[in-house]
Amino acid sequence: MGYPHKPHERETLVLSTHFGDHEAIPLDGWKKRGGYQALQKALGMTPAEIVDVVKASGLRGRGGAGFPTGIKWSFMKPGDGKVHYLCCNADESEPGTFKDREIMRWTPHALVEGCAIGAYAIGAEVAYIYIRGEFTEPLRHMEAAVKEAYAAGILGTNAMGTGKTVHVHVHKGAGAYICGEETALMNSLEGRRGNPRIKPPFPAVAGLFGQPTTINNVETLAAVPHILNRGADWYKGLGRADNPKSTGTKLWSVCGNIQKPGNYEMLMGFPFGEFLHEVCGGALPGRKLRAIIPGGSSVPIQTLEEAESSLMDYEGMVAGGTMLGSAGCIVIDDAQNLVKQIARLARFYAHESCAQCTQCREGTAWTTKILERIVAGDGTTEDLDTLLEIADNMTGKTICVLSDSCATPVVSGIRKFRGDFEALIKKRKVHPVPAVA
Amino acid sequence: MSATHDQAEYTSVFTGAARTELDTIMSRYPTKMAALLPALWIVQRERGWVPPEGMAEVAEALDLTPAYVKGVVTFYTMYHQHPVGKHFIQVCTTSPCNVCGAEGVVDAFLKHTGCEELGVTSADGRYTVIEVECLGACGFATPVMINEEFVESVTPDRVPEILSSLK
Ligand SMILES: Cc1cc2nc3c(=O)[nH]c(=O)nc-3n(C[C@H](O)[C@H](O)[C@H](O)COP(=O)(O)O)c2cc1C
Ligand code: FES
Repeated sequence: MGYPHKPHERETLVLSTHFGDHEAIPLDGWKKRGGYQALQKALGMTPAEIVDVVKASGLRGRGGAGFPTGIKWSFMKPGDGKVHYLCCNADESEPGTFKDREIMRWTPHALVEGCAIGAYAIGAEVAYIYIRGEFTEPLRHMEAAVKEAYAAGILGTNAMGTGKTVHVHVHKGAGAYICGEETALMNSLEGRRGNPRIKPPFPAVAGLFGQPTTINNVETLAAVPHILNRGADWYKGLGRADNPKSTGTKLWSVCGNIQKPGNYEMLMGFPFGEFLHEVCGGALPGRKLRAIIPGGSSVPIQTLEEAESSLMDYEGMVAGGTMLGSAGCIVIDDAQNLVKQIARLARFYAHESCAQCTQCREGTAWTTKILERIVAGDGTTEDLDTLLEIADNMTGKTICVLSDSCATPVVSGIRKFRGDFEALIKKRKVHPVPAVA
Repeated sequence: MSATHDQAEYTSVFTGAARTELDTIMSRYPTKMAALLPALWIVQRERGWVPPEGMAEVAEALDLTPAYVKGVVTFYTMYHQHPVGKHFIQVCTTSPCNVCGAEGVVDAFLKHTGCEELGVTSADGRYTVIEVECLGACGFATPVMINEEFVESVTPDRVPEILSSLK
């Protein structure tokens, strides 16, 4: 639902049904709302059966890359004699994205249940939920939920009386966007600096503590209990009929210059224009929407026209010149200096680069410097070429894609809003040359 | 900064309840090293920051070297390597909040706390104000984190009232 607003009639509530409902937070309230029925069911199935249901549902990762969850789980081989791990990625730091925070604040047991099912399905006895350090309130709720679940015998060495072992632990991060990248997250959990690892080996082969590991986003795992309860066919049926590749509902975080910022749960494939103008209330009084970054700060910027003709699913967003990403929708209106905001995003990436790769460390810093120079009125037309050249050198050349993510708003910004950059450059201050004595 | 930090005053964190807490945490992981971030959080909770002696103590408890621990501490932004004001105020200014006026919120905090600059503690030791990157609450612009608490939808005119509610 559009928390903090009442749900909009055009939303489809699944994960967000209980957002804003304080009684859904503790275990007894959660059980009254159907909690832990899916886990009970799952523990009576074989791991392979669960993986098949998730595969058939078409669920794809909600952390940004959209990888099919059932297929990811099938890379794990329960019974191979190795210790397996599940990591839940609750690092949520992509600018524009604040959906996992609401899942953990309002429905912490939904995530505990999703983690327990996921762990069992991949042959892991231990799941870690890695929560960003700034999320103090979600962390408190998650710790309380885990404690309640242990006390009630839902977790532990005899989970729900089935004799199976399922542990879920909460791990607090300490401030670093990069720890949302899955291999950096594993390093951080191990007590190291959060530097991403070179792949291969992939986590399913050698992940956390060198063991086969699956990493999933909060929203991905929170969707799993619903799929087990209501069936793969129900989930697959949510979405537009002509695109079986995107199924289910998606939480959209909407922020920036919009009437009703908040989280909205929409069917895959919903028309983006109607979403922005009707569901989210459109532009602020006297202003016009201008640029939309629909999937978190790492995806290409859309013009309003592109956004208005896009459909809100993985393929629809690609067709609209961008990506669904983490569905953190940043709305920028005509009262803003767009170049300044792109510069601010570049500064974000420069600040968050782990500095392992030269292209990223140097590229994010120079991109920021040049953009800030343009914003200050000291830019030149050549600066735009230099920015594009640097961006090219930052794309597809590093251990992880943080570098690419910095280049994306710059390249799409210059392509789609070149006039904004040129207007600032034209106003260039002329510095008098000091007379030489 | 080191003037406020008296070497002689440091007493061990990991005794009694905090030691038990650390042991419980360590039991959740197959390696001791994995308890590093949690151990540093305990030091910061107990001492207000992570002093070099705290890093040494953590290193000893987890069979690591102080240099390794320092390398990790400096990677993460949330561990204080210096004492900070009683109220540590973090204001998000990343683009989604920036387009909603976050810079004005920063200015208001600086003005009303008497902090001369970002990151510099006020003369009375009560406040430190810093700008931070996305706090993951962009729909509630501008979110401000004061110690462990989030204040949502902060505007410049709310700043005096927020400050006066702090003890
Ligand atoms: C720089 C960077 C930051 C990321 N941050 C997050 C994050 O905060 N949360 C998240 O779930 N995934 C994040 N990801 C994606 C993860 O690497 C990973 O793909 C995801 O957690 C897998 O889960 P899913 O398959 O359920 O989506 C990030 C990726 C990169 C490259
Ligand atoms: S940009 Fe400010 S909280 Fe996300």
